[in-house]
Amino acid sequence: MQRNLFLGVEAIGQAAIDAGISGVYAYPGTPSTEITEYIQNSKTAKAKNIHRAWSANEKTAMESALGMSYAGKRTMTCMKHVGLNVAADVFMNAAITGINGGMVVTVADDPSQHSSQNEQDSRFYGKFAMIPVMEPSNQQEAYNMTYEAFEFSEKTGLPVMLRITTRLAHSRSGVIQKQMIDENQLKLPENLMQFMLLPAFGRQYYQNLLDKQDWLLTLSEESKFNKYFEGKDKSLGIVCCGIAFNYLMENYSDGNCPYPIVKINQYPAPEKWIKKLENECDELLVIEEGYPLIEELLTDYFGKGKKVCGRLSGALPRKGELNPDHVAKALGKDNSVTIEIPGLIANRPPSLCAGCGHQETYFALNKVLEEFGDGRVFSDIGCYTLGALPPYNTINTCVDMGASITMAKGAADAGLAPVFAVIGDSTFTHSGITGLLDCVNENTNINILIVDNETVAMTGGQDSSAKGKIENICEGVGVQPEHIRLYVPLKKNHDQIIQIINDEIQFEGVSVIIGRRECVQRLSKIKKMNK
Amino acid sequence: MKTDIILAGVGGQGILSIAATLGAAALNENLHLKQAETHGMSQRGGAVVSHLRIADFPIWSDLIPFGSADLILSVEPMESLRYLPYLSSSGSLVTNTTEFKNITNYPKLEKTFQLLSSKLKIIKIDADKIAHEVGNPRASNMVMLGAASSFIDIDDEIILKGIETIFKSKGDKIVKLNIAAFEAGREFSSIQKK
Repeated sequence: MQRNLFLGVEAIGQAAIDAGISGVYAYPGTPSTEITEYIQNSKTAKAKNIHRAWSANEKTAMESALGMSYAGKRTMTCMKHVGLNVAADVFMNAAITGINGGMVVTVADDPSQHSSQNEQDSRFYGKFAMIPVMEPSNQQEAYNMTYEAFEFSEKTGLPVMLRITTRLAHSRSGVIQKQMIDENQLKLPENLMQFMLLPAFGRQYYQNLLDKQDWLLTLSEESKFNKYFEGKDKSLGIVCCGIAFNYLMENYSDGNCPYPIVKINQYPAPEKWIKKLENECDELLVIEEGYPLIEELLTDYFGKGKKVCGRLSGALPRKGELNPDHVAKALGKDNSVTIEIPGLIANRPPSLCAGCGHQETYFALNKVLEEFGDGRVFSDIGCYTLGALPPYNTINTCVDMGASITMAKGAADAGLAPVFAVIGDSTFTHSGITGLLDCVNENTNINILIVDNETVAMTGGQDSSAKGKIENICEGVGVQPEHIRLYVPLKKNHDQIIQIINDEIQFEGVSVIIGRRECVQRLSKIKKMNK
Repeated sequence: MKTDIILAGVGGQGILSIAATLGAAALNENLHLKQAETHGMSQRGGAVVSHLRIADFPIWSDLIPFGSADLILSVEPMESLRYLPYLSSSGSLVTNTTEFKNITNYPKLEKTFQLLSSKLKIIKIDADKIAHEVGNPRASNMVMLGAASSFIDIDDEIILKGIETIFKSKGDKIVKLNIAAFEAGREFSSIQKK
């Protein structure tokens, strides 16, 4: 059998194609981006004309996916964990409407916050929505589960969440492919009111979802993805979720763990197997990547039951990504380090690239701020967030996509003047436009800098929904044309940029100042491609 | 057999071409492989690392446990020291000597390397210079791979096949230049070890 060397994300992309999807809908976000990129670059996807263009944000992506499911076809929507917050409205309600064509929601969590604002655990969302969640522990499982998740979605009538974490997303291994399945035919839902959540309908559909829960549990207990491994030493029983299983097994070089194990790869958690484990063993250890979801479930509130260890008990770190060494420690194994990291090693944080236009924006803005003092620049999510670090130290906030404009508005409402919002082009069309409308409607005294590098840069240079549209959008929303200003962020324009910002500070109302120059990484990528 | 390698560098230096070459070699040989990469924010000039594990038996963890790497292969000298806890007591360190200074507090490393050389096998190589001499300044990563090849439990011939697999889409000339770079690195290393 031919093995392909796939990243976890690539395995998922290929599996979705092989499972017969008609469309993928996504907004870039590390560590989920390459799933969609893989499908975009796939010759098969191109030949079959699978929908694969980027969406404006995760909410529009998931809604489009639900629409494709409505029309009877298989579809996947992908996002990073915080992207699911953006799509949470449709996500929660899609559990109530259910699906027509199979729908998989792939969410990539980022424990240790390698490239994220937090490390929230999407399994809680799956539980919240009461839908099945699959969590592979390796690349082949990621392929197999994705491949089968569409059929499972159609069988249960529900969207299925596929939850991965950074390590699986960005680690490569040999993967064997399955046979390609034909796409579904166009087919409207049997009940044309299935997606109608007027309260009278919604109440019934919610009841239907509740009625499915026992069945979902049975399916989990019968699932081939959940396993019970017998073990001779009953002093400890181990529950492993997803990739944590690998970190456990790494500690037994012969592949034989002496303790009984429940390996969970599908939720709701298989109650039958966990109860068997509890019944047989003296105490339990729960190893899970993310928040202590299962540990909390098993930990006895009144302290009368058996001891449960894990992230909450302190046996494993409360936060951050797990590794084999954390698990070794929890198992009482000696894994002391022989060579320490020399003390003189300096941190090397990420930084803006040489020649990046954002630098010029920050140098100019810093000059302007000398007069007013620090603490008045609200920013957002993208490469330009690195403006929080030296040598710039310009921006003060980064909370969620689009929050620069709206937080600056709130501060302006509170009386702070002048205030600045710094937001990227793609972040602006993702979630900044509605905030701008709020500002226009109240004539907020705000200076919005849209740092436009004409791409989604931080995630590797994907197409930006904003390209060529920003001035028209701003004008359409109601910004006065004479207060939509443009500059080119080059060193030679330093004084001009300062002048423009100072002019707009004088204006008491909504100013949009656009700094436009293509991302240097994207530019060199295009040059390479055209060679 | 089992070879656990920490590949280290700075975002943008292209350590993944080394990983891809070894990956192709391992796949050709039907070996098991896991290779964890750094994507995302750190690729903007931050510290990046790849855990590369090759074995003739199934591999569990994508991450190498502390104290068990056979080799640290770094394309930047300070980065070679950041992952020392992963190195096994019998492990080796192969590093490029060209410093990548995108921070203001870059330390002086000479004494640290001197102290370590009593405990570890260390090979320091000016891969950029050698790649330049070979006629392909962009092949310094293949010089590094050549310098480290004797510490990797895969035959050189198989690695060379991996180089061919990875670079063949760019034409014969590029394949040959990369093979020459690999061989120059290997030669440097064999002289150093004597």
